[in-house]
Amino acid sequence: MSGLLWFVAIVLSIALGAHVFRFAGQKLTGNAPKFRDMSYGVAFGYVLGAFLLFWSVWYYFQPKVLDTGVPNAGVVFFRWAVQGFIIASIAAFLFRLFGRVVGTDGSRKLFRSMPLTASFGILVILIYAIIAVFAGQIAPYGQAEILGAANVMAGGDPAIGGDPAYPLGTDQIGRDILSRLIYGAQNTVGIAFITTLLAFFIGGSLGFLAATLQGWLDQLLSRSVDVLMAIPSLIFALLLMTIASVWADRLGIPLTIFMVLIIAVIDSTRVYRLARAVGLNIVVMDYIEAAKLRGEGLGYLVFKEILPNAMAPLLAEFGLRFCFVFLTIAALSFLGVGIQPPLADWGTMVKDLAPFINFAAFAPTVAAAPLLAAGAIALLTVAVNFVVDWMLHKSSGLKE
Amino acid sequence: MSSLLKIRGLKIDGRSDETWNPIIKGVDMDLKKGEVLGLIGESGAGKSTIGLAAMGYTRDGVRISEGTVEFDGIDLVTASAAVKRNLLGKRIAYVAQSAAASFNPAHKIIDQHTEAPVQHGVDNRANSAADGMELYRKLRLPNPDEIGFRYPHQVSGGQLQRAMTAMAMSCRPDLIIFDEPTTALDVTTQIEVLAAIREIVEEFDTAAIYITHDLAVVAQMADRIKVLLRGDEVEEADTRTMLSNPQEDYTKSLWAVRAFERPAKPAVNTGSTPVVSVNGITAAYGKTDVLHDVSFDIHAGRTVAVVGESGSGKSTTARCITGLLPPRIGDISFDGEVLPGNYKKRNKDQLRQAQMIYQMADTALNPRKTIGQIIGRPVQFYMGLTGAERRKRVNELLEQIELEPDTYFNRLPSELSGGQKQRIGIARALAAEPKFIICDEVTSALDQLVAEGILRLLGDLQDKLGLSYMFITHDLATVKAIADEVVVMKDGKVVEQGPKLDMFTPPHHAYTDLLLSSVPEMDPDWLTDLLQERGVDNIGDAAVGKM
Amino acid sequence: MSSLLRIVLQRLALGLVTLFVVSIVIFVAVNLLPGDFAEAILGQGATPESVASIRRDLGLDQPMFFRYIDWLKGMLTLDLGTSFAQLNFANFGGAGTTTIAEQIAPRLGNTMFLATVTAAIAVPLAVTLGILAALYRNTAFDKIANMFTLSSISSPEFFMAYVLILFLAVLNPIFPSLSNIFEGMPFSERLEKSMLPALTLTLVVTAHMMRMTRAAIINLLASPYIEMARLKGLSPMRVIVKHALPNALAPIINVIALNLAYLITGVVVVEVVFVYPGIGQLFVDSVKIRDIPVVQACCLIFAAAYILLNLTADIMSILSNPRLRHPK
Repeated sequence: MSGLLWFVAIVLSIALGAHVFRFAGQKLTGNAPKFRDMSYGVAFGYVLGAFLLFWSVWYYFQPKVLDTGVPNAGVVFFRWAVQGFIIASIAAFLFRLFGRVVGTDGSRKLFRSMPLTASFGILVILIYAIIAVFAGQIAPYGQAEILGAANVMAGGDPAIGGDPAYPLGTDQIGRDILSRLIYGAQNTVGIAFITTLLAFFIGGSLGFLAATLQGWLDQLLSRSVDVLMAIPSLIFALLLMTIASVWADRLGIPLTIFMVLIIAVIDSTRVYRLARAVGLNIVVMDYIEAAKLRGEGLGYLVFKEILPNAMAPLLAEFGLRFCFVFLTIAALSFLGVGIQPPLADWGTMVKDLAPFINFAAFAPTVAAAPLLAAGAIALLTVAVNFVVDWMLHKSSGLKE
Repeated sequence: MSSLLKIRGLKIDGRSDETWNPIIKGVDMDLKKGEVLGLIGESGAGKSTIGLAAMGYTRDGVRISEGTVEFDGIDLVTASAAVKRNLLGKRIAYVAQSAAASFNPAHKIIDQHTEAPVQHGVDNRANSAADGMELYRKLRLPNPDEIGFRYPHQVSGGQLQRAMTAMAMSCRPDLIIFDEPTTALDVTTQIEVLAAIREIVEEFDTAAIYITHDLAVVAQMADRIKVLLRGDEVEEADTRTMLSNPQEDYTKSLWAVRAFERPAKPAVNTGSTPVVSVNGITAAYGKTDVLHDVSFDIHAGRTVAVVGESGSGKSTTARCITGLLPPRIGDISFDGEVLPGNYKKRNKDQLRQAQMIYQMADTALNPRKTIGQIIGRPVQFYMGLTGAERRKRVNELLEQIELEPDTYFNRLPSELSGGQKQRIGIARALAAEPKFIICDEVTSALDQLVAEGILRLLGDLQDKLGLSYMFITHDLATVKAIADEVVVMKDGKVVEQGPKLDMFTPPHHAYTDLLLSSVPEMDPDWLTDLLQERGVDNIGDAAVGKM
Repeated sequence: MSSLLRIVLQRLALGLVTLFVVSIVIFVAVNLLPGDFAEAILGQGATPESVASIRRDLGLDQPMFFRYIDWLKGMLTLDLGTSFAQLNFANFGGAGTTTIAEQIAPRLGNTMFLATVTAAIAVPLAVTLGILAALYRNTAFDKIANMFTLSSISSPEFFMAYVLILFLAVLNPIFPSLSNIFEGMPFSERLEKSMLPALTLTLVVTAHMMRMTRAAIINLLASPYIEMARLKGLSPMRVIVKHALPNALAPIINVIALNLAYLITGVVVVEVVFVYPGIGQLFVDSVKIRDIPVVQACCLIFAAAYILLNLTADIMSILSNPRLRHPK
C-alpha cells in the first residue's frame, strides 16, 4: 500500500511542479511566446521527463551489491540496459558517419538523411548477416556437440557453478550455449529468410497476375485469400503443423521443411493482398494505358512497366513480412512444434533456459542467458522495423 | 482612414528535408475597411500561405520568420493564441477552396454555421440560425429555410461554397479571406458563386482578400490587384490600371497569354475523307449509357475542340476512339476505314496512327524510366529502330519539342518541370509518327505561361507535320486559341458543333450560350454587365432552367 | 436507413458465409491426415478391437461429406465430441470421461477473463497515448513513444513475458509468475494471478493500438475541416471534442476491434508462458499430443472469434460514417 501512496505523491508533486515550471518560465522570460502559449500538458511532460531523467541517473549510481552481500540485480540490469543503449547509439552514430564518407554518391546521400534508428537497424542487420554466414567459423563449439558438463552456469564464475570455457554456460545435456546462440542466427534467421522469399514468390506473382488480368482469376484468388485470412495465422499454422507432424513421421521428411512450406503459404496471402493493391494502383496509371494502347504484350506490361514501380512498397513489405515470419517461427519453436532439435534455434532455447530467470536475484548473469536468446530475436526485428519505418517515412515524405 | 490590415516585411519559411527554406520573401500589404484585394499568381507563388498568414495562422511545416501582420492595430505574429482565437471567426473569417472537404461531415450545415457566433458570444443559437437562413436566401441558395438542416455531403459543390460564404459572414467579420473559392467548380456554377460573393461582400461592406490564379475572375472581384511570383511581390495597382497598363514584364506576359490565338484555317473541302470519323456512337459503363449518338468528323491538319463541363462525356468519347471502351452502337472510322471497336483487335498500324497525350503528365510517364527509354520505346516498337539509329531518332524528337537532347536523355521524369513533362508526353506521341493525336485536357494542370508554350508547340507541330488533333478541354480560352472546329457536349450528347467562328458568334444553342457567356473575361465590368443581361435575380439557375 | 440496414445485413451474411467456408477448410485440412485416423491416435501396438471401436465412435466408415455434416451439426449444438485422450482413457477402462465441450467451457471462460482484463487496461491507455502522440507529433514525447512501440511490436510475446517476470515477479515480487487460477477463486486473487499475463498482452496490444490510433488521428487532423474549425477561432478542446472526435470514432473503434482480434493469437503464447489454464494452452497441448478433435474444435472457436471481431470492426465503421447514416 505504501508503494501506491508513493506513486500518488510523486504524480501529485509532478503535477504541482508543472504549474510552478510554467509560471516560473513565464516570469523569468518576460512572458516569451514559448511559455505563454504552453499548454499544461506540455509543462507536465517536461517536468515528468526531468523527473525520470533524475531518477535514472540516481538509480544508475546505486551500489551493485547490497550491504548484505547479495547483488542488487535491478541496478545491474539497469546498468546493462543503459550501457547497451549508449554503446548502440555510439555504434549507430559512427556507422552513419562511416556511411557518409565511404561508398558511392547514392549511398552517401542516403546516409546523410538517415536517422540514427535506421543506421542502427542497418548495422544490426549487417552484423546478424555476418554471424549467420560465418557461424561455423565464429562459434567455439558445434551446435549439437555434447560437451563434458551439463548445466554449467552462465558468467564463467566457478563460485556459482560457472566455467570460463563456456562463458554463457551449457544447457541441460551439456551443449555450449554461446555456440548454439551463434548457430541460432544461421538456423532461425536463415529459415525465416527462405520462408519469406517463398511467401513473396507465391503471393507476389499471384497478386500481380490478379491485378493485371483481373476478371474471374482475380475473384477466385481474392476470395480464397479472404477465407484463409479469416483464420488467425498462428492458430492456422499450429493446426497445419499438427497434421504435418504426422506426415513428417510417416514420410521421414524433416518437420522443418513442412513448417517452411506452411508458413510461406499462410503468409503469402498477406503478400498477395499487398501486391494486388499496389498492382491495381499502378495499372490505372496513364502510362500503363499508353503502353496498352501501343499494343504491348502482358510480359512487357508486368515486368517493364508495373514491377519497377512496385519495388519500393514491396521491399518495405518484405521487411515487415520477414519480422512476422521470424516471430511466428520463434513462437512455434517456443511452443515446441517449430524448428526441431538438434538444430539450434532461439525460440527453443528460450523455452529450455527459461527456468534460469528465477536465479536473477542471486546471479544476474545466469538469468541473462534465456533473455539473450529472446533478446536476439527482438533485436533483429526491432532493427528491421527501424529500417522499414524509415523507408516508409521517406517514401510518404516524398509524396507531400 | 487607417488601414484594417497592415502587413510589413512578411517573410515565411517552409520546411523541407529538415531545413527551413524561404517561401515568402518579404511582402507588404495594406487593406482598408470594405476594400477587396486580389492576390494573383501561379502555383507555388505563395498566395494561400500569405492568405493564411494574414489570419496569423500557419500550416504545419511553415513558420513566419520575420515581419508583422497588424490587424486593427494588433500584431497577429506575436499575439497570444487566446487573442488570435478571439479574432478568428469573429472579425476575420476564411472561405476555403474545397467546401466539400472543409465542412465537417459529421454535423449539419446550420450547426456549423451557428458555431462561431455562439462560441464567440456574438449571438445565441436561434438568432444566428435564423440569420443563416436569411444569408442563404441572399446568396440565392435553393430552399434557404431547409438546406441548413442537411449534411454537407447531401448538398452540391456550388451550393456548399455559397453556404461556406454564409458561414464566414455569420459574425459579420471585418475581413474575409477567400482562398480560390471557385477553382474547383465548373464555369456555369462558378458564375453563381462569384455573383453571390461579390454582392454580399458589398452589402456588408466587408474587406476581403481574394486569392486566385484566374485573372479574369480577379478582375471581377477585386478593387486592387497584387501580383505574386515565387514568394515575391511583382506589382500592385488598382484593378483597372493593372488591366489596362501593367508595368512589369512578368505581368505583361501573363496578360499576353489571353491574347494568344492561332489564325483560322480555310474551310474544309467538303468532298475530302475525314481522318477520324465518329459515327453515331452510343456507349455504356455497365448498363447505363453515358454517350448518346455522338457524331463528328476530324479532317487532316485540323483541330477539333470538344468542350463541356465535367461529366459531359468528353473523355468517354476519347476512350471510344482509342478503343478502350468499345461503343455499344455506332463505329469509328479512320481514313474512311472502320476500326474494330476494341483496341485489342486493332493492328499495330491502326494503333500507331492514333496517339494520345494525357492531362496529368505525372501519371502519364513511368517514373522509373528515363526520358530516352520513354521516347525510345515507341520508336523501337513501331519503327524497329535500335541502337544508334534509335538514339538519333529520339534526339530528333527531343529537338522537335525544344528540349536539349544530351541534357535530358538520361533524366527521370521526376527531374523535370510540369511543362517539360508534358513535352515528353508529346514527344512519345510523335515517336509513333501518327496522323491523329487526342489531347486530353493537356494544359489544364499547367500554369498559364507554360500552358501557352505547350499550345504554341502543338500548333507549330500541326503546321509542320500536318497532324489532326482532337482537343478535349473545359477551358474556352484554350478553345479560342487553338481550335478550328468546336463540338459542345452536355450529358453525353453533342449539343452543337461547327467552325470556331460560327460558334463564337451568336445566335447559338441555349447551353452553348450559357457556357460561353459564363467564361469570365478580363473586363472588370463583365460580371456586372452579364448579370444585368441575364436579370439579376435569376443568374445561372434560371439560365439552366430555360433550356 | 434502408440502404444502411442492407449494407449491415450484407456484411453479416458475408461473415456467416466466411465462417462456414472456414469450417470446411479446417475439416478438410484435418482429413488430409495420412492413413487411418484411429491408428494415428492409438499409435503402434493398438489392438484391432480398440481401433475398430474408435473407428465406429468417430464414424470413420462414413464418407467425408456425411462426416462433415455430422461434425458441423455437433459444433452448432455445442456437442464437440470427445477428445482422443479421453477416448483412450475410456478404452483402457477409465470411467467418468469428460467431453470436449466440458473441457473447453471453463477454459474459454478463463481466456475471456484474461482478454477482458487486458482490454480494460490496454484500450483506454492506448487510445489516450495515441491521441497524445498525434497531438504532440514530432516532439520528443512522440519520438520516444515511437521507439518504444516499435520495439514492443518487434519483440516476441515470450520475451516481454520473461522481462516482466524478471522485474515484477523475481526481482520485485509484486505479482506471481504462475497463473494457476481455478474455479471458485475470489475475484481479487484471480485478478492478481492474471496480472502478469494481462500486462504482457497489454504491452503488445497497446503498442499496436497506439500506433494505429496515432496514424488515424494525424490523418484526421490534416483534413481541411479541422483547419476550418481552428480558423473559426474555436478552442483547441472544442476542435478535438466537437470536430475531430465524431469523425475519429470510426477509425478508433476499428483499431480496437482489430487489436482485440490480434489478442487471439497473442493469448496462445502468453498462456503457455504463465501456465494460464485457458483455451490457448489447451490448444497447444492438444497440438503436441495430436489430439485432433480438440485441435479442430479450438481452431474453429478461435476463427469464429476472429471473424466476429473483424465483422464488428467493419459494421461499427459503417455505422459511424455520416455519409452512410444520412444518405442523400
